[in-house]
Amino acid sequence: MKISSLRIHFLAVISFLLIGSFASAQEHDVAEHHGGGAVDTQEEITEYTNHHLKDAHDFHLFSYTDAAGERQHVGFSLPVIVWSSNGLVSFMSSEFHHDTDGEVIVEANGSRFVNLHEHIYELEEGAEAVVMDEEHHPINAHKVFDISITKSVFGIILVGLLLLFWFGSLGRQYKKKNIPTGFGRALEPLVIYVRDEIARPNIGEFKYKKYMSFLLTVFFFIWVSNLLGMTPFGFNITGQIAVTVCLALFTFVIVQFSGNKDYWKHIFWMPDVPVIMKIILIPIELLGILTKPFSLLIRLFANITAGHVVVMGLIALTITLREQFGAVGSTGLSLVLTLFISLIEILVAFLQAFIFTMLSALFIGMAVAEHDHHHEHDAEGHEIDDVEDVRESFV
Amino acid sequence: MYNLIGAGLIVIGGGIGLGQIGGKAMEGIARQPEAAGKIQTAMIIIGALLEGLAFGALILGK
Repeated sequence: MKISSLRIHFLAVISFLLIGSFASAQEHDVAEHHGGGAVDTQEEITEYTNHHLKDAHDFHLFSYTDAAGERQHVGFSLPVIVWSSNGLVSFMSSEFHHDTDGEVIVEANGSRFVNLHEHIYELEEGAEAVVMDEEHHPINAHKVFDISITKSVFGIILVGLLLLFWFGSLGRQYKKKNIPTGFGRALEPLVIYVRDEIARPNIGEFKYKKYMSFLLTVFFFIWVSNLLGMTPFGFNITGQIAVTVCLALFTFVIVQFSGNKDYWKHIFWMPDVPVIMKIILIPIELLGILTKPFSLLIRLFANITAGHVVVMGLIALTITLREQFGAVGSTGLSLVLTLFISLIEILVAFLQAFIFTMLSALFIGMAVAEHDHHHEHDAEGHEIDDVEDVRESFV
Repeated sequence: MYNLIGAGLIVIGGGIGLGQIGGKAMEGIARQPEAAGKIQTAMIIIGALLEGLAFGALILGK
């Protein structure tokens, strides 16, 4: 009974992945016929991949060409909220009619807007259409302060609500009894794992509790966001550099504000080295403050982006290898490869969440560590003599 | 063209580094199987640091 239900779960996961890759493959199959066959396939694949990696103002699931030759887009629109020269303006992104080349002009609150490669521009007074200079920058339109609910913002809100629901109910369950029920049983070991494997050994037994809320939040946020990127809905939350910059900024601020006297002393006046070395080490250590969060943000962004590019590239094999293998052969090959890469990506999703949390904990641990001679305490709070005490009393 | 050569060099360097880390970790685990957990954690951290460096170089070079 147990084994068979496990097998059904496994089959469900596999078929979900297959459907996911198939849905995306469909998207590409259609792409080839777009525009009457006179398109450069390679260019179109690159365009699709880039479109997926970027944030979007509408939620696009798939497109097809109907019997009448009309291009149909399936998805739903999201609100565009911008701060224009006439104040705060909001309208639905469906008013752009899926145009990202700046051709459709939307008039709202006295300002006219165009969507140029997923950036919202406001047209100047009297301008009828966007005019580009040689470097493809518009000369009669300017960027506006964009606080739209884009696809990634929508995803972040979704992840936030999911986490709030899961952990809210998990927290309520502890008020009744010690053992959580239902999905909480899957979450509890992960919380314990973050505490015992990440926070405790890196930050230290006495100080880790203060940072647990941050570490758990980034861990589950990154993990669930990464997993959401593996669904067929086309989210790419942690592949947006703005998101990873923000996450790394949190770590940066927390590390700087929890840094103790020893932390700053090791940066500005490194103990136990000659004076000339102390001076040389100051700029290096100052640079080190910045490179730590920088490597954090680059690692997460690049890993997720690379994963998505590989998946998209393998899906594109249905088109690029069609002449050599035929429609069935290329689709089959693409499905099998995408399936296995998706399984690896599920591992990477966890690994990156783990690494980000682990390194955050490590940096916090470096900032709060007591570098001078500290004492162990026994049960009554008396200091226990360690090796150095013994040596000092001996000398 | 040159940035492609650079990307290749980065990947070669990263590959050598990851190989060293993985190989030494395997040796360590074979010598002391009871320390496998600690070695694996340390291996992942060092691997991640190396990966951050390599990805940083790839993105800055692009």
